[in-house]
Amino acid sequence: MKKSVWSMCGMCTVRCPIRVEVEGNTPTWIEGNQHILKGALCAKGSAGPALVADKERPQQPLIRKGGRGAGRWEAVSWEFALDYVADKLTAIIDRHGPEAIMASSRGGPFQDLVKAFTHAMGSPNYTNHDSACGRNVHHASISLFGLGRKGFIYDIKNAKHLVLFGRNILSSLRPAEVNQVMDMLDKGGRLTYVDVRQTLTGIKATNFFQVRPGTDYALALALIHEIIKAEGYDADFVERYTTGFDELAYFVENYSAEWAAKECGIKAKDIHELVGQLIADRPKVVFHPGWMLSRYNDSFYASRALNCLNALMGNIEVEGGLIFAKGAGDCGGKGPRSLTELSPKPTAKRADGVGEVYKQFEKGPGLFHLFYKAMATSKPYPIKGIICVRHDPFACFPDPKAQKEALDNCDLIVSIDTHYSEFGWYADVILPESTYLERDSMIALQKGMKPRLVMRNKAIEAQANTRDLYSIIKGLATRLGLDEYFPHNTMQDLWAWQLEPTGFSLADFEKKGFVEYADKPVLYDRDKLDGKFKTPSGKIEIISQKLGEWGFPSWKPYESPPKPPKGQYRLVFGRSPIHAHSHTINNPLLNELMPQNTLWINTREGGKMGIAEGDLVDVISGDVTSVVIAKLTDFIHPEAVYTVHGFGRQIPLQTRAYHAGMSDQKLMKGQLQNMDPVGGGLNLCETFVAVRKSSKNHQRKREL
Amino acid sequence: MNTYTLYLNSKRCIGCHGCVVHCKANKGLPVGPILCEISHERLKSVRGVPKTEFKFRSCYHCEDPFCVTICPTGAMKKREDGIVYVDAPKCIGCMACAGACPWGIPQHNPETNKAVKCDYCMDRLDAGLQPACVTKCTTHALKLVAMKEI
Repeated sequence: MKKSVWSMCGMCTVRCPIRVEVEGNTPTWIEGNQHILKGALCAKGSAGPALVADKERPQQPLIRKGGRGAGRWEAVSWEFALDYVADKLTAIIDRHGPEAIMASSRGGPFQDLVKAFTHAMGSPNYTNHDSACGRNVHHASISLFGLGRKGFIYDIKNAKHLVLFGRNILSSLRPAEVNQVMDMLDKGGRLTYVDVRQTLTGIKATNFFQVRPGTDYALALALIHEIIKAEGYDADFVERYTTGFDELAYFVENYSAEWAAKECGIKAKDIHELVGQLIADRPKVVFHPGWMLSRYNDSFYASRALNCLNALMGNIEVEGGLIFAKGAGDCGGKGPRSLTELSPKPTAKRADGVGEVYKQFEKGPGLFHLFYKAMATSKPYPIKGIICVRHDPFACFPDPKAQKEALDNCDLIVSIDTHYSEFGWYADVILPESTYLERDSMIALQKGMKPRLVMRNKAIEAQANTRDLYSIIKGLATRLGLDEYFPHNTMQDLWAWQLEPTGFSLADFEKKGFVEYADKPVLYDRDKLDGKFKTPSGKIEIISQKLGEWGFPSWKPYESPPKPPKGQYRLVFGRSPIHAHSHTINNPLLNELMPQNTLWINTREGGKMGIAEGDLVDVISGDVTSVVIAKLTDFIHPEAVYTVHGFGRQIPLQTRAYHAGMSDQKLMKGQLQNMDPVGGGLNLCETFVAVRKSSKNHQRKREL
Repeated sequence: MNTYTLYLNSKRCIGCHGCVVHCKANKGLPVGPILCEISHERLKSVRGVPKTEFKFRSCYHCEDPFCVTICPTGAMKKREDGIVYVDAPKCIGCMACAGACPWGIPQHNPETNKAVKCDYCMDRLDAGLQPACVTKCTTHALKLVAMKEI
């Protein structure tokens, strides 16, 4: 009997809407939801059933037998595992208080459950991966617009010009967004791409700038300078909705195109040409402020400058520009209930110091890496228990060795995940979550021009002894006496409770797999945007009051990034369209297409070291050496070497991924606390590595 | 006369290799056989922008296919609409077809020990659907085109 199920992909955190066909208990066909994606799906999406069938993911709860990381596990029942974790949590709470427990999960629409559980225990210490991702962009956006990075939708499809600084948008692969870019290009729109290397995105560009690593801010400042000088900005918009324009004009006075050309290693005439195009294309120009921009120590200011360029273009709330993300309230509706409404708000201060020591950072998920400080020093208080849900800090943050040292102060480390994570391998307990095709998830609201409710329905029953996240959390909550905060016994009950205020019912999802609050895109009146910017002044604060109060400049004078010493290179990383970072490296079908990564080296630099394409090279940082295959290309800046993130995994049970390729974060020695002080993002591209031809290259072709 | 061909709008193709996996997943193939490929030349600088174009290749469904002639059991067949396909129950996995094909298109499926190749997802076509690679192409760059005699 064949059935069709509306659901949501879980191969990466884009979470595309999908339709799954199932025969028996086997998914036979997955496609992108026709109503949104017209069937489109990426390689990862089609590799979902291979994940379900893969026996190299945890098949039942596991409790550590040997030392941490030794890889000796005892398979136990769910009852035993949940009792074990609950007992340990209780012991920590009794001895150190509930705030000694922290939990982390993926950002996005489903954080509610883990956050609610953390709060229900009485701990304020909920966090996520974002300090290695979008924190700089988020905080830069707040400082300017009073809205986070998801406060705007980029109407790329209708833009005339899209400007990307290191945002490899076509490989990072959000299918809906990618199709917008392709539609824009089909309609004759221009794409400007800035990066230290050429990418699959850059090959589609009208203008390409290969800049010296770490100089994005310089180029952005020069664009501001030249646009102001040419009076090419939207003067009415700037006058009406911004503060601090004159200070900005004064600040950028010395940052001319000629200056930036020298700093970035590009041509001044190309910058001038770009400025001419931008002025002609205004206001339908989108400056992407960055997504994963935890890179350089001025990434916060680079993102701020890019968003400021959006304001100068006057592209807010216009077709082909930045559109305010609308919620249920903008359509006269009500959003779904969240579980955090039920738990009391913890009174203890956060252990990461966010909101207290670090007033510049939004409380929300705080900053994960700062918890390691608390673990290591017991200040402001000890952290003794950690639960990571579908989040692998060892794959995500620098220097796993330093992380392990901090974690050794914990009495309990729990990994809840669908696959073996590097963190999970070091944990005390692995609670295996069912894959996205085998689990229901909570209903979530997606803001947008047409806000909608989305949900994930399980397509099949679990094929191993795994559980969905709600059952796992509920199982722990019951044992901890916190049942009242998780009163729903089934997902159906939970969904019905969530939907109650919205006026929608589950039946409303049957037609398309989602529910929309509006038939047409909702736009504000562009002449009445007052109050829409949630800054203290209600305007776009080019000079931010709050940054000033906290003692940070709104514009940091540009500092030229250091050049790597001789024989060393700046290590940069990125992603391929085939893998979702470390999550998918061991997936049989994706591993077949891309089993390992390489080290991109500028052809000339490779030549100097006697390295040929395909040679093995040693990549060295402190006491860490990785061996990887070299790829030589003319189209990477000579100061940089590049690799695809997520490889170099060291979990023996993942036979396909085991020691395949190199891991960039393991080479980031001593960088765990190297963060942007204003943006909170980690500086993940501030590591220099030595490169040499490896002695592991085969000298002899034949066995003696 | 062949009725169909697969056309890739290389301007829209982003080289994500989705088609490769859509195809494999639809046919339930294990690691090993790959029935369509996306490739590109090395980058070349065109007016300051390093560029390349993507190419798509699957079976050419030849007018006069060598793989059909050489197949000792008559498992390799050509339909009236031009689709060259493997009649799996008849295939003995000798892979003579792959040897006869100038491009080595037929692939060996180690799980079934039979030849497998692109058949434009003819079961889907017959059901009024599009091939897997076309249906799910990430950027809608692939199209199944009906050819006309001019």
